[in-house]
This record gives sequence, structure tokens and C-alpha cells, in this order.
Amino acid sequence: MRDVAVVAFAQSRAVRAEEGANEVEILMPVVSAAIERSGVPRKEIGFTVSGSCDYLAGVPFAFVQGLDAVGAWPPIRESHVEMDGAWALYEAWVRLQHGDVDSALVYAFGKSSLGDLPQVLTLQLDPYCMAPLWPDSISIAALQARAWLEAGHDEREMAEVAARSRKAALANPMAQVAQDLTPEELLKQPYLVSPLRRHDCPPISDGAAAVVLAAGGLAREVSERPAWIRGIDHRIEPHGLGVRDLTHSPSTRLAGERAGVGRATVDVAELHAPFSFQEVILRQALGLGPDVEVNPSGGALAANVMMGAGLVRIGEAAGRVSDGGAGRAVAHATSGPCLQQNLVCVLEADQ
Amino acid sequence: MSGQLCAVVGVGQTKYSSTRGDVSIAGLCREAAGRALEDAGMTWRDIDAVVIGKAPDMFEGVMMPELYLADALGAAGKPMLRVHTAGSVGGSTALVAASLVQGGIHQRVLTVAFEKQSESDAMWALSRPMPFAPPTLAGAGGYFAPLIRSYIRRSGAPDHIGIMVGVKDRQNALRNPYAHLQIEDISFEKVAESPMLWDPIRYLETCPSSDGACAMVLVDEPTAGRSPDPAWIVGTAMRSEPTMFAGRDAVNPRAGRDCAADLYAQAGITDPRGQIDCAEIYVPFSWYEPMWMENLGFAAEGEGWKMTDSGATAFDGDLPVNPSGGVLSSNPIGASGMIRFAEAALQVRGKAGEHQVAGAGQALGHAYGGGSQFFAMWIVRAQKP
Amino acid sequence: MTEAGPDPNEPVRSIRAPVHLEYHFMPGRASSRFLRGVEQGRLLGQRCPQCAKVYVPPRGACAACGVPTDEEVEVADRGTVTTFCVVNVPFHGQKIKLPYVSATILLDGADIGLFHLLQEVDAEKVHMGMRVEAVWAPPEQRKPTLESILHFRPSGEPDADYETYKDHV
Ligand SMILES: [Zn+2]
Repeated sequence: MRDVAVVAFAQSRAVRAEEGANEVEILMPVVSAAIERSGVPRKEIGFTVSGSCDYLAGVPFAFVQGLDAVGAWPPIRESHVEMDGAWALYEAWVRLQHGDVDSALVYAFGKSSLGDLPQVLTLQLDPYCMAPLWPDSISIAALQARAWLEAGHDEREMAEVAARSRKAALANPMAQVAQDLTPEELLKQPYLVSPLRRHDCPPISDGAAAVVLAAGGLAREVSERPAWIRGIDHRIEPHGLGVRDLTHSPSTRLAGERAGVGRATVDVAELHAPFSFQEVILRQALGLGPDVEVNPSGGALAANVMMGAGLVRIGEAAGRVSDGGAGRAVAHATSGPCLQQNLVCVLEADQ
Repeated sequence: MSGQLCAVVGVGQTKYSSTRGDVSIAGLCREAAGRALEDAGMTWRDIDAVVIGKAPDMFEGVMMPELYLADALGAAGKPMLRVHTAGSVGGSTALVAASLVQGGIHQRVLTVAFEKQSESDAMWALSRPMPFAPPTLAGAGGYFAPLIRSYIRRSGAPDHIGIMVGVKDRQNALRNPYAHLQIEDISFEKVAESPMLWDPIRYLETCPSSDGACAMVLVDEPTAGRSPDPAWIVGTAMRSEPTMFAGRDAVNPRAGRDCAADLYAQAGITDPRGQIDCAEIYVPFSWYEPMWMENLGFAAEGEGWKMTDSGATAFDGDLPVNPSGGVLSSNPIGASGMIRFAEAALQVRGKAGEHQVAGAGQALGHAYGGGSQFFAMWIVRAQKP
Repeated sequence: MTEAGPDPNEPVRSIRAPVHLEYHFMPGRASSRFLRGVEQGRLLGQRCPQCAKVYVPPRGACAACGVPTDEEVEVADRGTVTTFCVVNVPFHGQKIKLPYVSATILLDGADIGLFHLLQEVDAEKVHMGMRVEAVWAPPEQRKPTLESILHFRPSGEPDADYETYKDHV
């Protein structure tokens, strides 16, 4: 495989509702910042790919306007996935393997405040047998949480994840929700949808993120400490909740194995766990021990831009590698109900 | 071409029709995918990854339907990607799938594109009055008709060109059992007398609204070597430009010209009209045939209509365009681009049946989308490069 | 007692699954400025700091240059028809009587066409280069939407010379 690294990352501050700006206005400064930080001139970027979703904006072709933020003139090599930006990054990484282009811009944006997100996400379910019942995304996650608790876990584990994530977010200026509360205090809160309390659920966020990838020599040229992608893989599981073991994440485990997570010590992991208990499932699937620092950014419990939160995990993990805070980091992204689809990316500094 | 060699060894299509009420969305995709696997002599187990594409999710009312389709497409435990680049998506999806092989990631990739417009109302999805937009939207035709008028003004093309394409593609469709429209008595008069929907576009100069899916199996060089009839991909390109900016030429967009130039350079093509044996191009309104002939470099600017007029693009012409009947005969939007790519592959594999162009050794597959701003193309060849 | 129920062997060919979702659309900063202008009977565009082109409606960015557009420019409420189509196709939710003309209008002072309705003229008489003017809703009925311009109509000026708008055809 050709060596490819994350050489720049930028994100907007996640907010519940970006009142003034539309998607392009949120995205443009983020894209500009990522390009500027990368040191790769805008017009020299070889490939551009984005992740977004029409149903967040409630209009078809919502991704098209994203091009306005990029300066796609003269015309550019460009693609789009109706998935989280982490999968857009995967497409870019694959494209860079061809060898004819050396850099790629990846971006993602989501403005969930325009609609009722838990209801919108219902439309991700089987259109004939599930969606017509209108289960919302929180209730679906609560089903999974219940199954997980019955398998021998307790609510305190959930509260610990939430407390740690929200506390970590105090150090992240881009986070939306940050708080210093103990697990005991959190456990006194009422249920939102039993067994989930409000802090077990992600905030609803508006925002955007962008990453610049560079290959081989170019990465070394523009970055003092590139975050090399040493492994990246993604897997999907069957859709029906009844045919899956919701207490484990076999697709994360497989993607992690393929990406080589276990080949060496992991210093830090950014896991896209929108619901607190899912972090425990993911840690187990990836074989991350208690000594691995998880979600120093606060994770998806502190800011969860739909279609962008997975890409943000990669950007955050890469940032830890590039700033010298970690030698080896794991980033993870998820999509679909109950962790149906998962992507794992291993990032390393030069040895 | 960039990266490693890749070839098409399996193609599958559904029957296209206005309502495929006999199958679910999953059933529709599986019908195409199953046929592609059969054509490739493979089973679901042989596939390493699945790449799926479709146009807006609102056409069916299912958000990110790849999640629900994972089971039906045998993707469980495998990587699955979902592409969406507006009308060009079927082409872009094939290119992303090819990219996985060209990048050396996988050996055997299944790619599927579909649309099941009958499950919702595509015209509604495209024309909903938006609070901040002027109240004039009227589907895709409302957007493209003024551009066609501009083309006619710029080129001085006579009115009958659009009619000729409308007749020719429907005649070609009679040779293709999968085609949606099978108009036995198609004639110049019939098209000319059909109502003006979006003047200057007549009813029979527009594409139908179809349900359907198309699938392909793309493989690496060693795997293709075991196939009796691979279509070798010798060039792939995509280009995009913004929808609206001052001075944009939306009639003959630079993104399309750049895309074609990149494509031909990869394939070693210096004289497209002489070196390409047939083309499957995305023509949703008949006038787009001459417009794309110019954009793709088959004719000089302002001269594309003369190719149609002289019969050069007819089934027995020197550059048969859309021998399958094209988008004008079948239009499951999200799949329409992939059908162009797949039909090009069928031609060079010698497997196009009744609409086989004799001796087709090199073919172009083309798709475009949005406001004529997203382009995806490939060149396939019978002979291994 | 037996009841003739549905035939259990008959395949289910369709189900009705209505979807109702509410969205709060957000025009963004640039469009908000524009729409507030429209409410006052003014057409406010923005000039690109790099290529100096004037966008109406403004999109907050010059898509060609990829930079934000800040400088506000007022343009005329009259212009030239660069191209058009006559819509004669009914569809769900349509509000306007058929047939109607939708036209791309290059407003004087703008560098990009505006899409709007063209009325008070027979469809057969509409042509490229026709000079047209906005017909505004009465001030008390104006809202921050492009519908505050009811439509455009011929202004009676002589046709524009093809050379003046050919780059927009
Ligand atoms: Zn500009």
C-alpha cells in the first residue's frame, strides 16, 4: 500500500442550532482552514470527496451546494458518499492508492437542527417492516442498551463513560456539551428512554469538518509529523435488529483486525459511540485495554454532527499523533442503527 | 489509466418498467446483482465488497437504503459503500467500485445501482416549492429546456434534430428486451405531434420514469484472465463544477470537456470519432445527444447536430449512440448512468444481443448529473491493454 | 360463522407508509440579506472580491473562486431574457396555471441569470433578448421570499443586442 497521511484537520464548533448560517456558510471556513493548514495549494489538490445526507436538510441533492464551498473551478475530480465523512476519507485513501494523485480533500457537514433528527433517522430502517412503525433512533438505541445490560453490564458503566466524556470535553473548544459531574450525580438523573438517561445520548449538533490527505513524499514535505494511515477497513452487518447480537460489534472487531489495531500498543482511541454504552461494546470489539485513553475530545457524547462525527474522530486521532501526544492512535466511525456499519482507522507517527 | 488493471466480467439488469410492483427494493437490486454474478460465473461468496449507488433517497423515502439492503446484497461482514452524485451516480458508483480494484484493495467487487421511483413521487421530490426559491420549478425538464433553447440558438440546429433522436433511441429500444419503452409504431410524426411539455421539449423527446436496477462484477487482472469475455477498463474519469457561478457555460460545460480529455488521454485516444466504436451516453432529453457529441469531442462546437442529422449516431451509423435505447427508453435515475457503463461493457464483450454493434472493440460509457455539472465516464475495450 | 377474508395466497404488492417530517429551512446569512431586501422591493446582490462578478441572488460565496462574498451591490429590477422554456406539464403541488413561461433573466448590473416567471405576454411572443421588468407585490403583501416579485413582464424597451448577453446563453 502507498503511504498516505492525514496532514490537516479542521472543524467548526458544534452547536445545537447554527441559527444564522446555512450549510455552505458553515462549511466554507472549515474547508479553507483545512487547506491552509495542509500547506497544499487549493488548486493542486488532486481529489475531493464528501459525506452528507439529503434527509438532514430535507431536500434532494443537498450535497451539491457543498461544492460552492470548495472553489471547484476549474472543474475538479470529485465524488460524494451518502455516508459519514469517514467513508469519504476511505474513498479518498483508495483513490490515492492509484498513484496518479498525491493529495485529497475530504469534508462532511450536517445541519440536524433543520428537522427532528430522531424521527428523521427512523427512515434508515427497513421501509416495509420497521420504518412504518416509526421507532425513533433513541428508542432503538435503548433497545440495544437493554440487551447489553441484560448481558451482564450495569448502568454505572454507562454513567462512567458519560462523566468521563463530558469532562474531557471541557478541554475541547469545539465541543457542544461539557460538564464536570460524577457518575453518581449522573445516575440520579431521570430516564429519557429507559435505560438511557439524557447524558447517555449524543447531543444534536450542527457543524462541518474537513481533512486533507497527502501521500508519501508530499506528506513529508508539507507536514512535520504526518499521521500515517497504517490500516483502514470497514464492515457492515445485517440490518434486522433481530438477526444481530446487539451486545457485541462483530463488524468493528473484523474491521479492527483488518486494520491491524492489535499489531502494536494503542496510545489513544477516538471512538464514534453516540450512546454511552456503545463505547464499552466498541472497546471490547477492538481489544482496547484500560490503559488506552479513549475519546480525549469528549467523543460523540460531547458533539455529534451527523455525517461528520466519524470524520471528526479520524481528525482528532490524527491531531494527537501530529502534536506528539500519541505515537499510535485508533479512530472509529459508525453508521446505521445500533452500530450496524463500522470503520476503523489506525494512525501512526513515523517510527 | 491510473492504478492496476480492472475489468468487467459480469453484467446484470432488471426489466425496466414504470412500476415493478412484483418486487421490493431489495428484490429489485437482487435481481440485477444475481444476474451479474451468474454472468461472471460467481456466487455471492466470491465477492469482496459491495458498492451501491442511487439518486436522492427521497425518490423512495428511505434514508441511506444501503443499510437496509446490506442483507439482500450479501454484504454482511463485507465493506459496503454508498455513492450519491446526482444523475451521474450510476457512473460514479461504477468508478468507485473500479477504484477499489485499481487501488489494489480488492479482487472482486459487486456494484449495484437502482431506482424504484414508483415507491414515491420523483417529480414531487424534484419540484417541491422551496420557501426561498422562485415559484417556477417544474422538474428536470424545467431546468434543462432553457439550456436546450440556448443550444439551438448557439448552434442554429433545425427543430427536427430532437425529434430524430427521439425516434432513433426508441427504435433501438425495440432491440433491447430490458428497455422500458417499447413503442412499436414509433415514427417521426408520432414524436413531432406529441405535446410540448417544456417547450422546446416534446413529450416523446423526454425520458420515462422507470423502476430498475443494474449491476456489474468488476475484477482484477488475474481474475479477469479466467473470464472468457472481460471488458477491460482502459480509462476512468470524473469531473465536477459548481451549479451556478457567473460566466458558467451550462450548455457545453467545461467539466464534461475536461473529463473526456482526461479519459481519452488515459485510453490513448486521439481521434474519438475514429477510435470509439459505439457510445452509451446519458441523454435524458433528446437534444442532449448533439450537445454531448460536442462536449465529448466527437464533433466541433456547433456541429454535433449534424452527426444526428446525417445518421452517424444511428444503429448503422459510424458512431452508434445508445444502441440500447438509452435513457430516453429506460430511466431508473440512479441506475441510468450504470446502465450506460454496463451497456458499453456488453458491447465490447459481444454480449449485447439484438442491439450488438458489429465489431465493437472500444466503447464509451458516460453519465452526467445535477445542473450538467457532474460527469463520470469510462472507456472499455475488448482487447487487454 | 365464516367470513370471506383476503386470499392468503395473494402476494402483497404494496403498502402505504406515509412519511411526514417537518423541517425548518434556513436560508443562511447571504440569502437572508437578499430576502430582507426583496421585502423592501430591492434586489441586493454580492460582488466576489476575486473575480468581481455580481451574484443575484447572492449565495454567500463565489462558487468559482471558493471565497465568501461580502460586498453588497444593488441591481436593477429589470433585465434581459437570456433563455426560457414554456412549461406545459402538470405536477403535484403546482400553483401556476398552465402553460407558463419560466425564464432566465440577466438583471442589469448582475453577472448571473435569475430564474423567474414571465407573464402578461403570450408564450409565443417570448424570445431571447426580450427586455423585462419585475412586477412587485403591493408593499403590504411583500414577504421575505422571491414570491414578493409576482412575476416579470415585458418592459417595452427594444430587444437587447445578442452581443450584450451572448456569454449568458
Ligand atoms: Zn469569484
